[in-house]
Parts: sequence; structure tokens; C-alpha cells
Amino acid sequence: MSDNPALPSAAPGVRGLARTLELDTRLLGMIGAFIVLCLVFHVLTDGRFLTPRNIFNLTIQTVSVAIMATGMVFVIVTRNIDLSVGSLLATCSAMMAMTQTLVTPEWLGLGLNHPLTAPAAIVVGLGTGILVGAFHGWLIGYLGIPAFIVTLGGLLVWRNVAWYLTNGQTIGPLDQNFQLLGGIGGTLGETWSWVFGLVCAAAALYALWQSRRNKIAHEFPVKPLWAEFALGGIVTAVILGFIAILNAYQIPERRLARMFEARGEVLPEGFTAGYGLPISVLLLIAVAVVMTIVAGRTRLGRYIFAAGGNPDAAELSGINTRMLTVKVFIIMGVLCAVSAIVASSRQTFHSNDIGTLDELRVIAAAVIGGTALAGGVGTIYGAILGALIMQSLQSGMAMVGVDAPFQNIVVGTVLVVAVLIDTIYRKRTGD
Amino acid sequence: MADTVDRSGTPLVELRDISIAFGGIKAVNHVTVDLFPGEVVGLLGHNGAGKSTLIKCLSGAYRMDVGDIFINGARAAINNPRDARRYNIETIYQTLALADNLDAASNLFLGRELTTATGLVDDARMEAETRKIMGRLNPNFQKFSAPVAALSGGQRQSVAIARAVYFNAKILIMDEPTAALGPQETRMVADLIGELKKEGLGIFLIDHDVHQVKELCDRAAVMKNGELVGVVDVDAVSVDDILAMIIAGKKPAMAA
Repeated sequence: MSDNPALPSAAPGVRGLARTLELDTRLLGMIGAFIVLCLVFHVLTDGRFLTPRNIFNLTIQTVSVAIMATGMVFVIVTRNIDLSVGSLLATCSAMMAMTQTLVTPEWLGLGLNHPLTAPAAIVVGLGTGILVGAFHGWLIGYLGIPAFIVTLGGLLVWRNVAWYLTNGQTIGPLDQNFQLLGGIGGTLGETWSWVFGLVCAAAALYALWQSRRNKIAHEFPVKPLWAEFALGGIVTAVILGFIAILNAYQIPERRLARMFEARGEVLPEGFTAGYGLPISVLLLIAVAVVMTIVAGRTRLGRYIFAAGGNPDAAELSGINTRMLTVKVFIIMGVLCAVSAIVASSRQTFHSNDIGTLDELRVIAAAVIGGTALAGGVGTIYGAILGALIMQSLQSGMAMVGVDAPFQNIVVGTVLVVAVLIDTIYRKRTGD
Repeated sequence: MADTVDRSGTPLVELRDISIAFGGIKAVNHVTVDLFPGEVVGLLGHNGAGKSTLIKCLSGAYRMDVGDIFINGARAAINNPRDARRYNIETIYQTLALADNLDAASNLFLGRELTTATGLVDDARMEAETRKIMGRLNPNFQKFSAPVAALSGGQRQSVAIARAVYFNAKILIMDEPTAALGPQETRMVADLIGELKKEGLGIFLIDHDVHQVKELCDRAAVMKNGELVGVVDVDAVSVDDILAMIIAGKKPAMAA
């Protein structure tokens, strides 16, 4: 009674509101930290940080790490680790680069920029990710080699398989259609971005309504109506606001002129167009939605979290935990391949150093996002937010003009401090 | 409690000549025990006597080296916990085997989730079912959305018991189900055992408390150093007789 009478009485403020809205206080903390970070950089860069242009760049820079971070959540939740994601990304990228610059144009004689080239390359890349992921999972799950060792080996092996495949050369330029998947050239344009935003907002509102109806059907307690409306309003505003910002980033006039020239037309006087939603961000959103559904609403996800919380209990409940490990690493492999598509097409070529140190960024993003290394705890949205925070920090410091060594010192420190804060938070709240 | 069991038919479970060794140590050494419908058989012995190990062969957690398991007279192949569940064998482990990070409903249905038409897990229906069964087993239970890590020992125990009872078990294994419980909750478990017995379930009950075994069980099987000392009718022997079996491995002269 005497030790902290202040705590319960302080709760009705922000925390009480968060509870009524059924929002995760940890998520609110992270969003708060992210907003503060953005505002600080905005001031330090004299207003250059929170511009449509920079926000656009920030999002497409975040995508590759964020996609892999969602998979890393599953890996870490099941008490494993994957140190090989950067190297596997490089191998997938190398396989796809060779497919589209050597196999389809020359061996198959399809020539450059054939419509089948991009799909073929993507199939090859995803296949590589699945095979390597399954192999890692088999070594870990069935042969019992610790994930740390398997993927530490994988870190060396796949980095150099990529090197061998390409003779260490930069392979490019990549197929025109393939490049749409990650680069600045591949965006939806203003109209389709709005359409997508409205569809997303409608889907989110429908999901909220559906979940409320489901609860009422089973006579569970529900939030007050005003809270549902407030939540729905916030979600809609965030989605449409994000689209508005991306649409506000105008395609430069010279680039527009070139686009019209390519179609044999002349740029009309005073014509402007916004970039809109990048296709790579669309990919990330799709990955995030699928991974969130897998985590929360499928048996696979339930077993992943159960095995992380208590491996023995999972085994005794009849869950095949070995096969589960294989599945988790297959998911990780697929996501490495998807990231490889985004990363290589963003830079328009495959380079020998692609994905270097990504394993550390991905693990850091997942951990900053609240994934516990002890297993059993982690969220997909947390990992994506973690990736966004890391990328903002990195590019913010670059814009401010912080020296390169200090940038990495700060990022490393932030990682450790973030985990410290999370540890203290967990102890306080007891979960 | 012993006189009501009909042992003329086929036993529900027969563990025949079971042996299992771990690195040269014979944890269970040629043990044979049977169990009839509507019967409670207590398994007694010191720590390390092999009770839990024997029972884990039946629940699929371990694979025995030698021996056969017969369910309703037919030879049963139990290689993993999934096989055991297929034979309607449910187990309440001493450790409870709960995933601490998941809520009560997720634990209750772990491995057997209810799904919607689209194949996604139906959390709402599972919670509703959990509320139903908990209302019967432990009406005070309210924390349905909290992870089970946040529950008290007794509440966790009732989740583990609910999981074993919910899926129409025919054979129930209880490994020290009252170890973490207070007197009132222990009473509740005892009542539940009586109720399940009436429904015709066969129950293996591992327990340290000889008095409790005498009260709840029909027969007691005593193990020492991996070997079966003997199986006795609890009403035909005294507490001291059973203690002598546990401590000295000495079978009473008139044993069944």
C-alpha cells in the first residue's frame, strides 16, 4: 500500500484512455518516440526532414529491412535467431540478376525487357529463398544444430555463393519491369494511390466493425461506441494522410518530360504529377497484412507463439515443433527473397555488397519493435515501426551532417537503450 | 471406494512389460499395470521411482524401449502426444505444460483450435467455450484475456484440468494434480475425479499423499527404482502397508 500509491491514481490519464481504446501502451510509446525523433530532426535540418520528398525516400529505404524484420519476429519468437538474412538476400538477388541478364535474354533468347523476364526472375528468387530457408530450418529443427551456428555459417556461405554466382561483378541494369518493384520509377500515381488509400481505410473500418459484431454475438464486453469511432477516425486519417503526403511529392519536370517523350508525346504546359504510393511500399503493406493475419489468426501463428512461450508445452500438445522450425525459416527465406527484389530493383542493379549488415539492422528492428529474445513475445507492426525508427535515425543524422562513425555509434547505443527501456517497462507492468 | 469397479471385461488400458532406459539407467524396468473403465489407479513411489516416466510412455511424451500398450484390448501404437490424443488419452502434467504467454482459451485449445469457415482460428468461439467449461470447473475464474503467466497456481491448474476434460477423454492421466493447490481447490479436484469416474473414465493418478490415494483410488500401484513393487486394492491394505511398499519395496503378504 505504502510503496506506490501514486501509480494507480496516475493511470486514468493517458493509460486509462489507451485502455478504453484497447491500444497497446508499448505501441503508443514507440509511436511517441518516433514522432519526437522526426520533430527533432525536422528542427535540426531547418525543415527538410518532414517534407513529402524525404518521407517518400524514407519509406522506400525502409521497405527492404522492414519486410525481413516481420519474418525475424517469428524467428526470434520461436527462440531462434537468423544471422544470414543479409547474405541470403544477396544470394537471392544474385540468382535473380543472373536470370534476367543472362538466362532469359541469352540462353532462352528472349532478349532484353521481355514481359516474361521479371516473373521468371521473381520465381527463381522466391524458390531460392524457400530452398535455403527450408535447409536452414531442417538443420536446426531436425538435426538439432543451434540456429545461431547454422545461420552464422549461412552468413559466410550465402554471401560468397552470391559472389561466386556473379564473379563479384555488379550485374545490371536489371529488367525494366523488374525495376518497378523497388525503385522510384515504380509508383501508383496519384489516382490509384487515392483509390488504394480509400480501399485500405474501408477495409480497416470493416475489420473494426466486424470484430465488434463478433464480440457482441458472444456477449463479450465491447468498447464504448465513441471509442470505436475515435479509433476508426484516427486510422482513416493516418492512411489518407500518408497517401496525401506521398502524392504531394511532385515528379520533377525534366523527368516528366522524358516520360512523355518515351511515349512520343510532348509535356503539356503546366502539367504536374505526384509520385504517389511506391509499389515496394505496397509490397510491404501486403507482407505486413499477411504476416499479421498469420501471427494472430492462424494455427501456424498460434503454434509459433506457443512454441516460443513453452517449447515443451507445445510438443506435449501434439505440435510438431521440428516442422514448425522448418516452416518459420521458410517464411524467413521467402521474405529475404522479397526484400532482395525490392533492394536490387531500387538500386537498378545487383551489387556484390547488397544486403551487407542487413542481418543486424533486421534483428535490431525486431528487437526495438518489442520482440523479446527470450521468445514468445513480438508483434509484426512493432518490427516495422522499429525498422522505420532505425532508418529515420540513420538518414536523419546523415541529413544533419553527423560524421559516419558517430552515426553508427548512435544507432548502436539506441539499440541497447531501447532494449533497456523495454526491459524496465516489462518489469514494471509485469508482462 | 474400491467395491464399485467391474473388472470382468477387457481392461481400458494395459501397459504390458514396459521398459525404458536413459543412458544405462533403467527408469522403468518391465512394469505391467492395467486400468479398467470407471477406475482410479494410484501410482505411488519416491521421486525417481519411475512413475512419471511410465506414464509419459502412455501419453506419448516418451517412447518406450520394450513393451506393449493395449487400449480396449487392441494393441496401440503411441509414438507421440498426437497419437495419444487420438486414443482419447488426456494428460495433466505436473508442470501443467501451459504456454505462459498465451491466454486460457489458447492454451485450452492448443493443437486443436476451433476454426472458422475460412480456416482462421475462431478466438471468440474458443473463448466462449472456455467460459462455459471454466464456469463448471472453477466459477471464480475471470481472467480470460490475460496470459496464463498472470494467473495464480490454482487458476493455472484449473486451465490444465479444463484442457484434459474438455475433449471427451476416455483415459485421464493426472500427475500430482493437487500439488499446487489449497485445501478447497484440492477438494474440487477430488470431487471432479469422483464425477469423471462415474462417467466411466479410467484415471491414472500420480500422487505423493498416501492418505489421498487411499481416499481417491481403487487400486494403488507402487514403484521403486523403476520396478513395480506391486498393485494392491487400497481397501484391503493399511496406510502402513503402502508406506512399507514405497519405502522398503516390501509387498504385503495378502496383497491382491
